Amino acid sequence: MIKLENVQFGYNANQPLFNGVDWQLESGHLYGLLGRNGAGKTTLLKIMTGLLFPHAGNAIINGQPACKRSSQQLCDVYFLQEEIYVPHLKIKQFEAAFAPFYPNFSHEQFLEYLRDLEMDNMHGFIDKFSHGQKKKVMIAFALATNVPLLIMDEPTNGLDIPSKSIFRKILASYADEQKTVIISTHQVRDLHSLIDAVSILDNGRMILNATNDVITDKLLFDVDNQKSQDGNVFYTEETPRGIYQVKENLNHIDSALDLELLFNAAIQNKKEFTELFK
Amino acid sequence: MDFKNTQTIYLQIVNWVFEQILSGTWKPGERAKSVRELAVAFEVNPNTVMRSYEYLQNQEIITNKRGIGYFVNEDAPEKIHTIRKKEFMEQEVPEFIKNMKLLGIDIQEIVKIVNSQK
Repeated sequence: MIKLENVQFGYNANQPLFNGVDWQLESGHLYGLLGRNGAGKTTLLKIMTGLLFPHAGNAIINGQPACKRSSQQLCDVYFLQEEIYVPHLKIKQFEAAFAPFYPNFSHEQFLEYLRDLEMDNMHGFIDKFSHGQKKKVMIAFALATNVPLLIMDEPTNGLDIPSKSIFRKILASYADEQKTVIISTHQVRDLHSLIDAVSILDNGRMILNATNDVITDKLLFDVDNQKSQDGNVFYTEETPRGIYQVKENLNHIDSALDLELLFNAAIQNKKEFTELFK
Repeated sequence: MDFKNTQTIYLQIVNWVFEQILSGTWKPGERAKSVRELAVAFEVNPNTVMRSYEYLQNQEIITNKRGIGYFVNEDAPEKIHTIRKKEFMEQEVPEFIKNMKLLGIDIQEIVKIVNSQK
């Protein structure tokens, strides 16, 4: 179980970034962590992995505060950062040095993912690879750790078009009931069919945290030729394809969740959403 | 598969399974693809495929045999036919009639086209 309780933090004493973030995550889901630039997504992930300490409150991972950095917890969590650091090692050497930290690491999966991402014939030093190639090696490694909590910050940045599709396939096979995956991203179109829970960080708080099933139960994502007047309309966007609206789902109609519309609706209706998703 | 339109992904997968069965790609009595296989093929969350399969089970199109996997029911093609016909009558026909009225098309014009295509 992963839980953030009243997490407070700021890089600057008179400018707090988080004034009490609460966030609870259920295993078996792939969370999309969304937020505007500077909302603090990466900072929050660093607090969850013990890389930064909160000024008050706690991030509790499997019963222990992340800031304790217990060895058990470090085995259970993998954090793939956006700015990746790679040492001066070849792929094989990297695996030999870092895989032993993760008890469920699978050598077979690592090779398979490298093959899928066309990185299996790379014999040089990883730090000499291109940005995208480094990222592919680190993604293959991250997914081969089989950790219960996998956190990735903008994983699709720098990936070429075919690699994004392969990344989605690997991720689809990674998810299971025991694992939790958090992906922080602005590239929602890259991953929208895999994200099945959404957390939106805004103005130092989690303004929405719900699984897709709950979201589509409460909200209707509608496209029509005319604006509808019935019920609560949270967001409207006019396009040549029709008028897109996010409204309260009064008649329990199933509709396709659109992450971009949801995000815009959420940041414009913080109070209403807090009430709706209570 | 293009998931950009307004139908939910899980229902798009349901319709895809319907197509597989109606076209004979998935045969009655045979094993259906696993949740994981479909999730990887379509690059979607396995929970989404799970929801499609639960729906298909409720409609008695497939059956879960514990520990072995999902199987296509013997009468699945007939069942799908019934579901499809109901959807056509309840959704597509009213939409069609609405457009006919909007464009001022007489039913005889449509009858002529239908007859000429026999």
